[in-house]
Amino acid sequence: MKQNTFKAWCKSGNPWIWMNAGAVAIAVVMTIGLLLLIAVRGLSHFWPSDVIEAEYRIPGQEALVIMGEVNSREDVPTARLAGAGLPVDPERDGFMERELIKVGNRDLYGADFRWIVGEWLENTRTPEDVIVIERREWGNFYGYLVDVRQNGEIIAQGEQAWPALQQAVKRALAIQDDIKHLEKQEIGRINAGLERLRLRERGYELRNELTPEREAELNAERTALNNEYAELERHLMELYQQFNRDSLMARVPDGREKEISLGKVVRVFQPNSMGVLQKTGHYFAKLWEFVSDEPREANTEGGVFPAIFGTVMMVLIMSVVVTPFGVLAAVYLREYAKQGVVTRVIRIAVNNLAGVPSIVYGVFGLGFFIYFLGGSIDSLFFPEALPAPTFGTGGMLWASLTLALLTVPVVIVSTEEGLTRIPRSLREGSLALGATKAETLWKIILPMSSPAMMTGLILAVARAAGEVAPLMLVGVVKLAPSLAVDGNYPYLHLDQKFMHLGFHIYDVGFQSPNVEAARPLVYATALLLVGVIATLNFSAVAIRNHLREKYKALEN
Amino acid sequence: MSNSSKTHAMDMSALGRSQQELSMDQETIALDVPGLSLFYGNKQALFDVNIQIPRNRVTAFIGPSGCGKSTLLRCFNRMNDLVDGCRIEGEILLDGKNIFAKGVNVSNLRRRVGMVFQKPNPFPKSIYENVAYGLRIQGVNSKRTLDEVVEWALKGAALWDEVKDRLHESALGLSGGQQQRLVIARTIAVEPEVLLLDEPASALDPISTLKIEELINELKEKFTIVIVTHNMQQAARVSDYTAFMYMGELVEFGDTNTLFTNPTKKQTEDYITGRYG
Repeated sequence: MKQNTFKAWCKSGNPWIWMNAGAVAIAVVMTIGLLLLIAVRGLSHFWPSDVIEAEYRIPGQEALVIMGEVNSREDVPTARLAGAGLPVDPERDGFMERELIKVGNRDLYGADFRWIVGEWLENTRTPEDVIVIERREWGNFYGYLVDVRQNGEIIAQGEQAWPALQQAVKRALAIQDDIKHLEKQEIGRINAGLERLRLRERGYELRNELTPEREAELNAERTALNNEYAELERHLMELYQQFNRDSLMARVPDGREKEISLGKVVRVFQPNSMGVLQKTGHYFAKLWEFVSDEPREANTEGGVFPAIFGTVMMVLIMSVVVTPFGVLAAVYLREYAKQGVVTRVIRIAVNNLAGVPSIVYGVFGLGFFIYFLGGSIDSLFFPEALPAPTFGTGGMLWASLTLALLTVPVVIVSTEEGLTRIPRSLREGSLALGATKAETLWKIILPMSSPAMMTGLILAVARAAGEVAPLMLVGVVKLAPSLAVDGNYPYLHLDQKFMHLGFHIYDVGFQSPNVEAARPLVYATALLLVGVIATLNFSAVAIRNHLREKYKALEN
Repeated sequence: MSNSSKTHAMDMSALGRSQQELSMDQETIALDVPGLSLFYGNKQALFDVNIQIPRNRVTAFIGPSGCGKSTLLRCFNRMNDLVDGCRIEGEILLDGKNIFAKGVNVSNLRRRVGMVFQKPNPFPKSIYENVAYGLRIQGVNSKRTLDEVVEWALKGAALWDEVKDRLHESALGLSGGQQQRLVIARTIAVEPEVLLLDEPASALDPISTLKIEELINELKEKFTIVIVTHNMQQAARVSDYTAFMYMGELVEFGDTNTLFTNPTKKQTEDYITGRYG
């Protein structure tokens, strides 16, 4: 009887439904889990956690004062601790808690992080007046403020020191903005001008056209630029002097004192005395810095804006290239080519192209685009810059083209699908009104299959934005000195190398000198990459839905 | 059997059809098919069809499915060119000129010989743009001309009153019957000489069908109309001349009254009396 009911249950189709639903549930759980993991790990990094101070007494040694943020806790077998040379009771079984504390002060201690056996911490406290200083080099500083100085003279001490420091930091940051503007914009412009002059002169030389008049003209322009530069440099020196005028003296728990120039300070705060509101403000400031600023300290601090910019721009250029290319190919294959063995072979080839590992495209891009095309372009159009390559090296353009090649099969396939789905009656309707085939194509068929083209583009963008391997061969770098769009002629520098979020994750996570500090950034950057791809995709989907609505096919 | 033909033939007056005397001798010929064969690959679909389509009259093609009536219709504007492996022997004369001759501009031909299909196929554009499409193709872009022609065509297709307030809304929002009349408006907007209707009412409800039939009656003043229909009553109601086709051959062609009441061929009689179809 029981078997009978089981059989009946099987027959009812319920197990099948359960299996289907189960598969969906697993997929949903995995997706949400992935997003949650990277979101929690990445986003929590920017929260200012309390700084603890405690005496750390390793049995048999003198106690020392430890200060820092608790980064993580884990239980380790005592045997392993004993093996690491710690004086653990060898008879003792089980686990002991170990804490990873970010102690900062790399210039004084040599390392940012320290493993501490939790049991040996005594007298843990969170003093209100601990300050954390984010610095441009050597990582965070944890300690107590002693005094604030101007040109080496103490101007504030004790109670007044903290407000005075806030003022001084604000002033320093304002000067820093000026310096940055001067260096990036003004001096960048002059450097670009000087480089253009050099190339012009070299060009004249190569063509044997360097007449004395021209040389004089070039020299005059160069002198003008150099004078301008000297002026700017003087101004810059002044600013730097102003910038480094103030400093602060801070004391670390072991009693050592350290003078820190405010020119090196990004941010100072007292996490232990901050309320939730202040912490939230701090959190969002940090988050904003992350998406809008440039990286510092070998990419382990600061922001990832150049990487976001590089990723988005590369995807956009790729889209601009791949869409017309793929659509034209699909239109020819579907509308004009005689359907037969040849078109079938081409279709199979295109489909297989989509399955070629991306690194292979990278190799192709390097060999064909960079060495062959880029090399030829250089020798034809930029001989004056040689031996330094202009297009003969990895760059935004070649990376975009490589990815366009990688994604063109997807666009072809989905556009073809769209073209086949246009009802025959509409083509005939247009032709019967006296439209030629080309007119029918332009006025009816292409607009109607535009949602399919967008589908292709969406798939292409999704694939291209996440691709890293081929980019490493064709133009992605760890740190790009400038963006591909700037204020210097010709404003769009497609020959330049660029940063990419995907590569940034790899670089920060695995090539970084300071892995512990960089780990949260890996998650944060991964989250950002997912976000960027999702944004690109959603905008494409929105456009597609709009088009679909507009060209709703005849359903009845 | 010849006696029974009278009893089984259609009662034409019951269809509301006025008796009118028509004679092929008094008609001007719009389309002359002196003998046309058509092959799909190796399969012959039309066998030496010989027919003259009179100007400003409605000519109906009737016959069972697969008899070649649509195929013949689609020869008149060379729609069969789009079919792979379709080969035509013979000629069709439009105003005395062979439409299959070398150097004939097919787009021009199709503009002169418009076609409405079985299923309404409005473009996914606004009502206005649907009607203006053919003119825009011809390079007419003046808004005034377009406005005039759109209004004229929609009135001609008896659709104007229903859509005049929503000319710029999507044509796909119209009902099936309205869509079909829109397609007719779109076709007459380019002022063709001949209007080919390929079962124009077969996908429509009875009321829409009636409207289309009334429309056909009005349109024949301006256009030569050739209609393919499955529905014999419809053919009897709307057409002046009727051709009965069977298995790719033109069996009988004559004025509608005679063909339906007094067919000369037994095959015709069998078909119109419903013995096969």
